[in-house]
Amino acid sequence: MMYSEKVLDHFSNPRNVGEIENADGVGEIGNAKCGDIMKMYLKIDNGIITDAKFKTFGCGAAVATSSMATELIKGKSIDDALKLTNQAVVEALDGLPAVKIHCSVLAEQAVRSALSDYYTKQGIDPLPIVGEIKMPEE
Amino acid sequence: MDKRFIYADNAATTAVSEEVLNAMLPHFREAYGNASSIYKLGRDAQKDVETAREKVAAALGAEPREIFFTSCGSESDNWAIKGTAELMAKRGKKHIITSVFEHHAVLHTCQDLEKKGFEVTYIPVSDKGLIDPEDVKKAIREDTALVTIMYANNEIGTIQPIAEIGAICKEKKVLFHTDAVQAVGHIDIDVHAQNIDMLSLSGHKIHAQKGIGALYVRKGLSLPNLIHGGGQERGKRAGTENVPAIVGLGVAIEAATRNISEKNAIITPRRNRLIDGLLKLPYTRLNGDRDKRLPGNLNISFEGIEGESLLLMLDMNGICGSSGSACTSGSLDPSHVLLSIGLKHEIAHGSLRLSIEEDVTDEDVDYILEVVPKVVARLREMSPVWEKMMKGEKYE
Repeated sequence: MMYSEKVLDHFSNPRNVGEIENADGVGEIGNAKCGDIMKMYLKIDNGIITDAKFKTFGCGAAVATSSMATELIKGKSIDDALKLTNQAVVEALDGLPAVKIHCSVLAEQAVRSALSDYYTKQGIDPLPIVGEIKMPEE
Repeated sequence: MDKRFIYADNAATTAVSEEVLNAMLPHFREAYGNASSIYKLGRDAQKDVETAREKVAAALGAEPREIFFTSCGSESDNWAIKGTAELMAKRGKKHIITSVFEHHAVLHTCQDLEKKGFEVTYIPVSDKGLIDPEDVKKAIREDTALVTIMYANNEIGTIQPIAEIGAICKEKKVLFHTDAVQAVGHIDIDVHAQNIDMLSLSGHKIHAQKGIGALYVRKGLSLPNLIHGGGQERGKRAGTENVPAIVGLGVAIEAATRNISEKNAIITPRRNRLIDGLLKLPYTRLNGDRDKRLPGNLNISFEGIEGESLLLMLDMNGICGSSGSACTSGSLDPSHVLLSIGLKHEIAHGSLRLSIEEDVTDEDVDYILEVVPKVVARLREMSPVWEKMMKGEKYE
């Protein structure tokens, strides 16, 4: 299994690990049976993601992609965060082994899931804005 | 505590020992003859191959002519099972008995035979990772061609009741093969006393090089040829002998079986200290029977964390181990061995196997017992599964 230096860096020193109390949006994706769960917490002010934190149960790539995804959306607008693709996460990590690509999809979907929760809490139907939250194709 | 390098994955592979390397080296540049050649250089090579064969035979309580050199344990397993299947199918016997937690070299071979019209019975194992010989006895039928049960499990190290199964097979007149790749050099084996008809072993698990193995086949049993060609290995496995590797295997198996009880007297207490120390952590379980297991093996599940992350963090701390998580098995499912003893998927994902030898010192044990709890705590801290467990919520 060949992980890039960046993946190993984000695995061994993950950015933004933890929880946000009274988060504006919380999303969770994956299941323990398959071996990956990501939980994402967002703080949102005036449409800007001012803070993002995560907790992950999973392999090295799952931790690294969660870490990178939080880095990529922090300080960004909701619109920008919704444009975050798993490819962008993979590229930012200098690539992932083929069997680990699904981890990047989980990270992308964890962000969307948290944003979906944000809209729900605002009393807004998230479906037209965020779309359906998909489990990655394994 | 200073960072150390601790190799605790001897069940995966071992380093070539100095003794083995020194025995092999002359066979590359000086004693490089083809063992089939008539001149002295060739005759010497032949002699060295036969000396190695004697050593392998002696380690198993077999006769030299019952030993065939192969390229690895998997090849030995394939040859024994497919060869027996071909042989017995001619007598109308197309039923094979194995267990659910065999090595893939055995399982996948049996599954392939199923596609070719054989019927396979997979004996279950207990939650301690042990096979009940009575289950084997009950599974034997008129058309049973072969029983193949591993000597010791590669993941959880449990030692199977081989002598009892051997006795049953002898009584029922059914051929008995055992994959002893993990057992050789760690437990005393006597193929004749234990009624074993075929036994697979591998060199690189006992400090010989990778790419050499052997199959013991009881005299009187003639397996079909594996490789057609020259007359090597009594015409059954053609191809010029890998003389350096064969010589190395001979030296390695002699060394590995020379002082088994002395080695185990050193390893077992250290292994036990590791088990006791790690089981002090909450939500942790030992996989496999505590006593009927290989002396250097421990396999522990830490709930709430995933195995690959654990291995990466241990690696960063200089500790080499392995895991049965899906990520390390290359599929979505965790190890079939851990599932076979009744572990739930999410618990099997968080398993750690350490396999130590006597070079892992008491200080190394202290270091492992200091590092592992820290790493487990760190991973649990960032795990949403652990969070739910602590809140008493369901997390499936």
